[in-house]
Amino acid sequence: MGEFLEFDNVSKSFGTVRAVDAVSLRIKRGEFFSLLGPSGCGKTTLLRMLGGFEKPDCGRIFLDGNDITDLPPNRRQVNTIFQNYALFPHLSVWENIAFGLRVAKRPRHEIQDEVARMLKLIRMEEHAHKRPDQISGGQKQRVAIARALINKPSVLLLDEPLAALDLKLRQHMLLELDIIHDQVGITFLYVTHDQGEAMSLSDRIAVMHNGKVEQLGTPGEIYEAPRSSFVAAFIGDTNFFEGTVREIISQDYSRLAIDGFPDVVVFNDKNMRCGDAVYFSVRPEKFRISREKRALDDKHNVIAATVEDIIYLGSHTKYWVRAGEYRLAINRQHVRFLLDEQPIRWKDDVWIWWHADDGYMLERYSESDENLMQVPPEAIGENGTDTPSGDAR
Amino acid sequence: MKHSRLPLLTTILVLVFFYLPIVILIVNSFNAARFGGTWGGFSLKWYAKLFAAREIWHAFRNTMIIAVSATALATVIGTCAAFALHRYHGKLQKLHYTLIYTPLVVPEILMGMSLLLFFVALRMQLGLFTIFLAHVTFCISYVTMVVLARLQDFDFAIVEAAMDLGANWWTTLWRVLVPLLAPGIAAGALLAFTLSVDDFVISFFVAGPGSTTLPIRIYSMIKFGATPLINALSALLLVATFLIVWLTQHLLHKEKA
Repeated sequence: MGEFLEFDNVSKSFGTVRAVDAVSLRIKRGEFFSLLGPSGCGKTTLLRMLGGFEKPDCGRIFLDGNDITDLPPNRRQVNTIFQNYALFPHLSVWENIAFGLRVAKRPRHEIQDEVARMLKLIRMEEHAHKRPDQISGGQKQRVAIARALINKPSVLLLDEPLAALDLKLRQHMLLELDIIHDQVGITFLYVTHDQGEAMSLSDRIAVMHNGKVEQLGTPGEIYEAPRSSFVAAFIGDTNFFEGTVREIISQDYSRLAIDGFPDVVVFNDKNMRCGDAVYFSVRPEKFRISREKRALDDKHNVIAATVEDIIYLGSHTKYWVRAGEYRLAINRQHVRFLLDEQPIRWKDDVWIWWHADDGYMLERYSESDENLMQVPPEAIGENGTDTPSGDAR
Repeated sequence: MKHSRLPLLTTILVLVFFYLPIVILIVNSFNAARFGGTWGGFSLKWYAKLFAAREIWHAFRNTMIIAVSATALATVIGTCAAFALHRYHGKLQKLHYTLIYTPLVVPEILMGMSLLLFFVALRMQLGLFTIFLAHVTFCISYVTMVVLARLQDFDFAIVEAAMDLGANWWTTLWRVLVPLLAPGIAAGALLAFTLSVDDFVISFFVAGPGSTTLPIRIYSMIKFGATPLINALSALLLVATFLIVWLTQHLLHKEKA
């Protein structure tokens, strides 16, 4: 095992734009690794450098211990699934899949056996003679996968492979990709701007922003313990507060002063000191909401609020509440929704609370994150699904 | 509901306007009478005489030599130019595009004149070779435009895909690029071929003794009164041109399957 694919201090500029800025990454053998970030964050450039379609300005790329930085695409043990599949329109499905082996001048019977095996893997045996314009988007996707896998690459690169599919098909292909990854067992490097895709498939995710890796970790780590305000805002929904550290209560906990909001107790894992300016974030599903005030220990923050909006979303309800000068999003799972003795209604006065461990502090964000933080959380996810939070737990 | 007759009427009038002269020409080529005004009965004698006319066949041979060679060279250069224009963008490419585009709009007589002056200045012997050069000059523009139009909707990701799958440049060229662009290149070549066969004005300027092409020959024959021989010849040329144009259209509109 160990490090298998390594980006060592890789940079790439286009004109004056630094697309990839001194990125170092180590990816393990057999891992499903995702590069996640908004468009223009450098994730596709990084992938294209691994594929051999772009040359890094500086830095090296190693595959299985060999420096592949200067090899042309046709001499690398990696294959790519392109965003629009890039199937050969003049060749049949069978010929598309056979392309790699034919170019390598492999014996005829071997090509036939391998293509048959691939057609079976993607369940397209009966479409082998069709041309790409005669099959559906999902089928094209599967042909592209088979065409890339038949070369037995060490790494499969996937460049936004599901972006061209509709929601239903995308969910189906997600499952399919996961199954194929389990079956072939090779390293997958997956590029996407869709946090839902990255969360549900990946062993590890690198969140990229402005050409840099903001955070590297498992989906759970990235969701539960984002290291920067960018990651917190980009992955899932969250509520942000601006504040300063007022008091260190104990080794683990401190008290924050927030303008226009009561003081809150928060877990202090960042070793913040008194007077430090911080950002403080709580995910909508970490809040509890009720019409009655509960008696809770001093690790809980209990705050009075007024309901301003109620959005019923099937599996849960989203409440927008006013507390101090803040408008907060709160998700509440439905337990006995219809039988709820005292349903919370619009304009009700309620109590909200959360445990100090469920909020986290972040360093100040940079200028470029500003608009990201001001956009209502719903507008960020382009995929139309409302609950990325559901994927993480 | 009453349909307006106007569109039908217009269509018929336009078709008559376009094709009546051609129909008369073809009918006359089968007319036994020497003059077009009277119908002397059906006859193939003009076709028979045509096949016996030495000087016409000589001109035809010249035309074909020039058309085939000029088309071949113009297709290669034009295709390369189209690739360059499509792949690279810059100030120089804008100039390149203008230079390629200009021959399409410059009056032929101007091109003929300037080419003649150019060849004379270089003290080149006017003949087949100068006609060939002149034809290559304007054919390049047409080939480039046709191939460039095909390149506009060509997805270069498939070139990357081919290389990604292990193909080198040569294999990618022959297995992916050429098969996919063949219809566009062929259409450009056919267009160039037709234009070269057709060309009168430019050829007239740069032709020398012994290098008479078919259009020039026809013109000089017609100067001494229309001989029915020309009707027959024109009818044949017409059929050939129609075939080529039809083939070009067919190739251009063929699905990229």
